[in-house]
Amino acid sequence: MMEFSDLINYLAAFGLVFGGFFVFVGSFGLIKLPDFFTRLHAPTKATTLGIGSILIASMLLTSLRDGSFSVHELVISLFLFITAPVSAHMMAKAALHKRIAMLDRSYNKDLAKRIAEQKVPVDQDSSAEQPAAK
Amino acid sequence: MLSSDILSWGIIITALLVMVSLLMNVWRILIGPHITDRILALDTLYINSIALIILLGLYNGSALYFEGALLIAMLGFVSTAALSKYLLRGDIIE
Repeated sequence: MMEFSDLINYLAAFGLVFGGFFVFVGSFGLIKLPDFFTRLHAPTKATTLGIGSILIASMLLTSLRDGSFSVHELVISLFLFITAPVSAHMMAKAALHKRIAMLDRSYNKDLAKRIAEQKVPVDQDSSAEQPAAK
Repeated sequence: MLSSDILSWGIIITALLVMVSLLMNVWRILIGPHITDRILALDTLYINSIALIILLGLYNGSALYFEGALLIAMLGFVSTAALSKYLLRGDIIE
């Protein structure tokens, strides 16, 4: 008959190794993939899954050790799940602005050129008011 | 084999995988080729260091490392956002 703590330990060990594997896959994709826009996929997807799995395993072990259910690690994983797409979007915008070369077989390259030439939208009211304020 | 033995072996194997990942990120920072690749590698580096700190806390059985991991998560996102914003606009806070 398996104890409850044994079950939690097996689950946590599985979650840790699973998460470590996906963190490894994300970093391997970072050095293996051919251009920046494909490289952006590996760390922002695989690494986020891996770190979420590691943090959930850590949450299980901390709950088992303290004897009460603790959700502290969920704070970090929620924060990472929110900020990883935001930072990936900002890096992709910066790369499009710097006109970093894409793979030749990328689809819809004219869209990238259009985004790189985008200007800041000028607000008509504020541009009319600013000279008056000076 | 006891379940706690399996758990400690799992922690060690995961730490080895994360350390190899850190070395690969450092390799991407060194070879570039563009500045955005280096920003992406730094972003991955801080996320992997969060994993390593959490594993150290599990190995030592201490809850003190949690705050360090939270601080690294917040400051890492702010630094990535600031670097990308600097590349995009030439200024951070306009």
